Amino acid sequence: MPAGTLYRGREGMWSWVAHRVTGVLVFFFLFVHVLDTALVRVSPQAYDDTIAVYKTPLVAFMEYGLVAAVLFHALNGLRVVAVDFWNKGARYQKHMLYTVMGVWVVLMAGAAYPVLSHAFRELFGS
Amino acid sequence: MQTMSSTDSITVDEGYDADNPAPVIEPPRARTGKTPKATRTNFELYGWLFMRLSGILLVVLVLGHLLIQLVLDGGVSKVSFAFVAGRWASPFWMAWDLIMLWLAMLHGANGLRTIINDYAQRDNTRFWLKMLLYTATVFTVLLGTLVIFTFDPNIT
Repeated sequence: MPAGTLYRGREGMWSWVAHRVTGVLVFFFLFVHVLDTALVRVSPQAYDDTIAVYKTPLVAFMEYGLVAAVLFHALNGLRVVAVDFWNKGARYQKHMLYTVMGVWVVLMAGAAYPVLSHAFRELFGS
Repeated sequence: MQTMSSTDSITVDEGYDADNPAPVIEPPRARTGKTPKATRTNFELYGWLFMRLSGILLVVLVLGHLLIQLVLDGGVSKVSFAFVAGRWASPFWMAWDLIMLWLAMLHGANGLRTIINDYAQRDNTRFWLKMLLYTATVFTVLLGTLVIFTFDPNIT
């Protein structure tokens, strides 16, 4: 095991890993999402039938996961911009990562009810 | 000179001296005869800049999109053909979705291009993965653009 460095195994490396993983997840969803939206050119029925899948409880939880990935990628992306363009960005990169995580937790808590409530109602009755 | 003796012994250990020089290791990014002229551009610089500028715009466009689709007005429950027709009646939301589509697809495609370049080690694998990526990206961007511009709320 190599000795620790400023980067390896620390906040810088793990935020980079998480940025890649969330980026790939969101990009693959984007392909699916453009295809399902394209069904509005087929018929209202075809579109509504497919969108019904998004309203099932299982997919609602996947949507919450998508929100989690998008929010992390967006907030950490702003941190990357700050590291690159703000002259004190590199010095405060760890503080900014913990800020990103704090804001992420708050926004995820706020998104829980709007994104998941209909799934809970369907699973456990109203 | 006496002080040379330690240096001399190291040189002897390595087996190299003025008559038998160590092999030259080329700097990793050195331009060689094989380097194509076409790579002598600032493409990667513009790619890096595009990721940051498009990223900032996408934070607004995508988080706004998630707010409208998943949070406001009953969340995903209210999404339907009629809901889409209502939004795309306005040029503002058509432009929003069109800009978001193009920026997100190019931002994602450039991200995945970087990842393919990082992890696909064989030249052939890298080439074909990128061809697949570019084909899928062009298809999806054109399809999405077509759908936004030719949307017909009275389709049956």
